[in-house]
Amino acid sequence: MKTLLRLSVNGRLREDAVAENALLLDYLRDTLGLTGTKQGCDGGECGACTVLVDGQPRLACSTLAHSVAGRRIETIEGLSTEGNLSRLQRAFHEHLGSQCGFCTPGMIMAAEALLRRNPQPSRDEIRAALAGNLCRCTGYVKIVESVEAAAACDEVSA
Amino acid sequence: MGALSEFRLLSPASAAEAVRLRGAHPASRFIAGGTDLLPNMRRGLVGAEVVIDLAGIGEMREVQHTGDVLRIGARVTLATLAADATVLARLPALAQAALAVAGPTHRNAATLGGNLCLETRCQYFNQSEHWRQANQYCMKLAGDVCRVAPKSSRCYAAFSGDVAPALLALGADVEILGPQGVRRLPLAEFYVDDGMRWLALGPDELLLAVTMPLANGWVSTYEKLRVRGAIDFPLTGVAVALRRDGDTIGELRIACTGVSSRPEFIAGLDELAGKPLDDAALATAERHIKRGIQPMETTLVSVPYRRRATPVLAKRLVRRLWDEGS
Repeated sequence: MKTLLRLSVNGRLREDAVAENALLLDYLRDTLGLTGTKQGCDGGECGACTVLVDGQPRLACSTLAHSVAGRRIETIEGLSTEGNLSRLQRAFHEHLGSQCGFCTPGMIMAAEALLRRNPQPSRDEIRAALAGNLCRCTGYVKIVESVEAAAACDEVSA
Repeated sequence: MGALSEFRLLSPASAAEAVRLRGAHPASRFIAGGTDLLPNMRRGLVGAEVVIDLAGIGEMREVQHTGDVLRIGARVTLATLAADATVLARLPALAQAALAVAGPTHRNAATLGGNLCLETRCQYFNQSEHWRQANQYCMKLAGDVCRVAPKSSRCYAAFSGDVAPALLALGADVEILGPQGVRRLPLAEFYVDDGMRWLALGPDELLLAVTMPLANGWVSTYEKLRVRGAIDFPLTGVAVALRRDGDTIGELRIACTGVSSRPEFIAGLDELAGKPLDDAALATAERHIKRGIQPMETTLVSVPYRRRATPVLAKRLVRRLWDEGS
């Protein structure tokens, strides 16, 4: 049965009729067309579907859409402003943090939550924050370096 | 993974209302973080016509520190629990156990109550419908025999929550709300050694909160072994709490997870009280641990490894706490 779901997605308030058994992942991808959030393992084991709920990284594949009613959702599409990549997106691009790209939106959203909470994380803190995100291409080194570069870029601009 | 079956989603504002709804809808389930329940529902392991969301119940998200007792609501997330100042300072085993569950993204959703009530796991159960059908199912769902113990009349799926052994070692109690009101029982009595009915929780009862003493003089820790450093459930997990009296053991408590159908509080360790922590004491602890656990072929990692690794991990943690407690 569909009922009305009110929430904010990437800064925009929305009201949609959504099935009570719909996952947040299906709502974002199928109802809103925000396909940047990836459907990977689809069982909570890979982190490709990571989005922010009130600033905290959460797995959209293991979250009911209605359970985040009234909350603030951010997806990878919400990071760039006026066509400009965010600091993390730019760092992943410039430091080869992305290869096939499938894990990248989840990695960047988990890293975004980390940098908001801890603008200058250590390498261990970055690895801990990304521990729930799997990548089968990079071996993680370039991903960690990309997050470090984004943090350093912040330091310079500050 | 399959789609979620159709269900009604109800969102009560109070625990009493949640219990009333559970009683009114026999084919219902409570959902908290959903990180275990939703994948299980999508694999067809758990069904529900009505899902009762506990997210809106504020009273279940409170952490209360009264005198020497800490009361933690069942809806508190594991991330909140692992970062709580009192838990970090006074109950390190609990903080470490909460932090050892899955990955950081899970812990922002997953809850204390959810981890304590975690569905038991087995390599013959946590599979797709297609896989289980091709393997003639198992006793826990749709089959007749326990695939890891075919001659047994019971299911041996393993309890794999990380938080329960820490709370057992810390002497926690649980508060359960039912139609008749609140009842309290020691955490050890909350569990049953049966992979299919592992909780002493009635059909219309709700785990409300956990209470634990903030006793002085104790040190504690929790560690688990798993294939990867994150996300994985424990192959074995060990919690140790120690009170040291000078050069002798005041009291030693050990609890294990992943190696029985319930979290196991290791019995018999009181014989070590008043003795020094030497090789003989550790050998005694090892004997009691081996007697207390029963790992079965519920994981891809072998039974002999988990049987040998559990006391090794426990002894390592006891030695570390002994040095800390001096």
